[in-house]
Parts: sequence; structure tokens; C-alpha cells
Amino acid sequence: MEIKVNESTCTGCSLCRGVCLYDAIEIKEGKAVIGETCVFCGACVESCKFESIEIIGLDTEEKDFSDYRGAWVYLEAHGNKLADVGLELLSEGRKLADNLKVPLTGIAIGSGIEKNAMIAFQYGMDKLYIIDDPIFENNIDDIFSKALVQLISKHKPEIFLAGATSFGRTLAPKVAAILKTGLTADCTGLAIDDEKKILLQTRPTFGGNILATIITRNARPQMATVRPHVMEKIKTARDTGGISGDVIKIEIDPENFKTKYKMLGTETEKGEKINITDYEVIVSGGRGLGGGEKFELLKELAGTLSGVVGASRAAVDSGWISYPHQVGQTGKTVNPKIYIACGISGAIQHLAGMQTSDIIIAINKDPNAPIFKVANYGIVGDLFEIIPMLIKRIKEGKPLV
Amino acid sequence: MKIAVCIKQVPGTTDIKIDPETNTLVRQGIENIINPFDSYAVEEGVRIKEGLDADDKYKGESEVIAVTMGPPQAEEMLKEAVASGVDRIVLLSDRAFAGADTWATSTTLAMAVDKLEDVKLVIFGKQTLDGDTGQVGPEFAQRMNIPFIGYVSEIMGISAKKIKVKRLAEDRYEIFEIRLPAAISVIKDINTPRVPSLRGKMKAKSAEVLVWTASELGADKDEVGLSGSYTQVVKIFTPKMVYDVSMIEGTPEEQVEELFKNLKNLNIVS
Repeated sequence: MEIKVNESTCTGCSLCRGVCLYDAIEIKEGKAVIGETCVFCGACVESCKFESIEIIGLDTEEKDFSDYRGAWVYLEAHGNKLADVGLELLSEGRKLADNLKVPLTGIAIGSGIEKNAMIAFQYGMDKLYIIDDPIFENNIDDIFSKALVQLISKHKPEIFLAGATSFGRTLAPKVAAILKTGLTADCTGLAIDDEKKILLQTRPTFGGNILATIITRNARPQMATVRPHVMEKIKTARDTGGISGDVIKIEIDPENFKTKYKMLGTETEKGEKINITDYEVIVSGGRGLGGGEKFELLKELAGTLSGVVGASRAAVDSGWISYPHQVGQTGKTVNPKIYIACGISGAIQHLAGMQTSDIIIAINKDPNAPIFKVANYGIVGDLFEIIPMLIKRIKEGKPLV
Repeated sequence: MKIAVCIKQVPGTTDIKIDPETNTLVRQGIENIINPFDSYAVEEGVRIKEGLDADDKYKGESEVIAVTMGPPQAEEMLKEAVASGVDRIVLLSDRAFAGADTWATSTTLAMAVDKLEDVKLVIFGKQTLDGDTGQVGPEFAQRMNIPFIGYVSEIMGISAKKIKVKRLAEDRYEIFEIRLPAAISVIKDINTPRVPSLRGKMKAKSAEVLVWTASELGADKDEVGLSGSYTQVVKIFTPKMVYDVSMIEGTPEEQVEELFKNLKNLNIVS
């Protein structure tokens, strides 16, 4: 495969150079020259007004995938409870299934999961596959991937979606690798191409500063993961009345599902909520807090809002709070309904982890802090004055002015 | 014990913006660096080796090899890994590798690790700064048919046959024991990478890079790069981020009251 510049039509206008994310294009003697760092993303091909750039040698022959039909959603569960992310994906999957005029199927695997899995019918699901066995008590990827691969190989869905949780982000790549198909991580947009009826998978890259739309070529199912809270959970009444539907229980032979992983135990941080991506409200603290004990104030505010405490890298590196709370490029990417940034200046690395939150509230002493550029509401002030007052206002319900 | 660390060179910042006037990417002064998560992987590999060397049973048997797939300039990053304590460095470089998605990347890395022979542990960073997928580790492990544990925050023990790790799940830590060979991905919590010593830097200068091309890996051109990928980028664009910033002014009391009203409108408080 190679990428070629037609020297007779290239004007050296450098438009292509401007769109190249990989800094692979140079203009030499009035012509574009494409270098070693090119990854064939095709951005330059599209940018060229003179149709001078061409990627050749790529096998574009389209295989026939007409025997793959339907949209599937993996309903991740913790213990015997479904995680919200699966229900969010059903709501999104419903739109895709409607567009394609195919059924929407959920797959629940767990121990004692059957009863709780039924609620998924309220979110637009037509059909449910259940594997309910004590060997699936803990989310262990080798046996879960084996079960999923067996089902997918047998029923051939065209689309398979899973949550980009810490479990899903290991499980889905394994399933994709066994099935030998593509997988797009952390999609923020899913759509069907009207003409080709294929899945368009849009995801942020370069820390959210660039969006890329990706397709699955030459393989099925088209697999994608989506982070929790990115899609909206929508209840829909189906023809079934939304309370039941086609339920298929799969019996498995536990002998065939022996894990290679020995789980020796689990640990939780004492009294700490560390699954911060699960919460709709995050109250985050940064360098402006000045000390670990000051996080108590944020915890109190988070408590009154049924939320959880997050932190900037500076706060974690200072040892004020543990790493599972860190939001940003080297920590977690969160998208809660409300993100309250307290004493966080808003370095680009932090913004990369929270700028897709629905509503951002920033409280900072410095009116020039970059956090105010991405905030919906900004308060320039002393957080040690503002936050106690806010807690009091919420708790006591008495207007302050 | 042979330990491989898979690392990647990435742009030093993701702060890539579009110049609104020329509609082109602004990427002035962006340096390429080792993917920050991979620096924890390198450090952990070196620490495991040092730990094993301190044990009479395993003394002098271990080796850490850093492997990267990338353009020739990735050599610089590999040399820095030597300064941090890595013994050998391998660069997988070939135009045929370009445009690889996570699957084609894991295929290429798997071929290289196979070629290194008898690697017992493969360490990845949890994800890269540019691609952000975290998929290469698990896809690689599946291809090699070895166990994989992601988001490892502590290695609790390692012997010739087994490794015991603690990993961060959504709401808890999980402790696993798996047999070697195996692959893991590590998070920032696991260590603080060392500052290279002067001696390390000297060693890095004279370090030799093993360069392997597609044919040296025995790779069919259809297995690697864009040709070997199941996914393909069809469009790249910048998100339209329009932030409607409203600054809440006034006395602290007025500010809090206004903020409270907004929270109420958002149904967060009653």
C-alpha cells in the first residue's frame, strides 16, 4: 500500500499539510511530499482541492455480510445487578436497530442475574439472552469472552456494543481478537451510514481535541465500546409493553468454562467511593485546596448532592487524595451531569478528562484560570467561603439574599 | 526471566488546535515523547528485574526488552528507555506497518515477542495518550493466547511460574494470580519512574537498536498496517466546542444564591 501525490496536479498549496495530524507532509520544491510518519488516515486526500493525493493498494473489495443481522448490547452486571451503561447502550442501540429495521438483543451473563436482567426490556430491547451460572459470579474476562464468542458466532449480529468500563475495556478487545474483527474504543457517536448501512463509529482522540469517524472494514460484527454516561438512558414502551419479551436462557456446561485466573480477593478503600465515573455529580479539588484535610469540605458538598469527590493530578501527586479519584489524561475520563471544579486551574490534561461533562461549574480565585473557558458557570472567589455557604444553603433551604 | 515492555512514541501534548483563520492544525513546537503510561511500564519491568536479581534463586537471569512499533525517529525514545534501565531495545519499523489499528498493532507486537523467544511477562501502559484505546494489551494477549490483566496498580509477587497482581476495577481492587507467560497493563499508581542516572545516559548513547522490518518478522503484508486492520478512519474533524460561559458576579452570598438557583433548575437540589 502507498500514498501518492500526483506531481502534475499538486500546486504545493499546503492545505494537506495543515490537516495532517501526524506532521507527515512537507512541501518540497512546490510539491507535497509525504513522509514516514504517515498513517494513511486519509485526511489529506479529502483536504486536497485538486484531487492530487491518492491511497493505492488498499483492498477495498467489499465482502458480503448479509448473513449478519441485528444489533447486540452486552449488559454488563456487577454481582446480580445490571450496570447502567448497558441500559444506556440499549437506548442508543434502539436507534441503530430502528434505522436498520433489525431486532435489538441484550446479553446478560452473571450469577443470579435473571430477575434483574428483565428490567432491560424497559429500554427498548426486543430479545434477551441470559447465561446464569455461579461460575459467572465475578467478572473474569476469559470465561465471559468465551461465552460471548460462542453466542456471537452462532447468531451473527452485525453490531455488538459494550460499555467502556474497566471490565468492558478488557473483555471487548478479547472478544474482537477471537472473532477477528475490528473494535472502536470509547465512541461518543454511533450512526448508520444511510447508503451502505454500516456503523459509523465516532470517537475522540488526541485527548478529545480531534474526533475521528471509524468504520469496520472486511469483518463482522462491527464492535464498539462506549463510556458510561455518554449515551442517555431512555425508557421506551415496546409492543411487548416494555416489561417482557423474548427471553432465551442458555445452559452451559461449567466444565467448559474454567478460568485461567485465580481471584484471591478484593479490596475496597475504607468508606471511599472510588468508582467516580458512576456518579452524576463530581466535586473535584485541585491545588487551590492546599491540603488533604480540605477534601473533607468537598466530600461534604458531594454528599449533599449525592455525588462523589474527584481530584486534579496536582492534588493526587501531593498525596492529598488517592489515585482512583484522579480526573484527567493520566487519570479517569468522566462525563457526569455536573462537574464542580474547586481550586482547579484547568490544565489541558485535566480538561481532557472532564470537558465532556454536561454542566461544568468552576470556583477559583484566579479570574484568568483556564478552567473558566470551559465552564458553564464560573465563580471567581474563595472556595473556603463559597462552598460552606453553598452546603448551608442546600441543607437549610433559606435564601441568602 | 525475559520481560518485554511494549511502548509507544506519542506527541508530547494533545493540545492540538485548529487555526480558525486558515482552518489548519496548529502544532508548533510539539515534541515527541514516550507515552506517559508506558514510562510506568518501563519502570515496573526494570523493578521486577532488579527484584529478581536480588534473589539468589534468579540472580542474573533476567532481561528487560523494550519494543516499539513506529517510524525511525522512535529510536530516540528507545534509547531513553535504556537510560531508565532497559537492557535491549527493538524497533519495529516498516512502511508496511503504517496505518495499523489496534488489531494490526497487536499482531505486529505479537510477532516481535514471539521472535524474542521465551518472554515470560509483557508489560503495557494502560493506554496511549494519542489513541487512547487501551485495546492493544488485551488483543495482544488474546493473540498470544496468554492471560491478561489490565489496570494493575501493584505487583504483589512474582516467581518463575506465577505472578500475583492487584488491579483497579470500577469500585474496588481485585487481586489475581495468573500463570506465566502473561501480559499486564499498568496504571500510574504502580510506581514513580526513576530519573535516569548519568551512567544510564552514557549507556543509552552507545545502545544499539535492533530494527526489525515486516519481512524480518515473517509478516505477510496483509497482516500488518492498514491492510491488516479491521477498522479504518474515514473522517477526522475537530469538535465544535462552544462553551456558553456565564460568570456569576456579586457578593459571595449573591454568588452562592445564584449558583443554588442554577443547581435547582438543573434538578440537582430541591
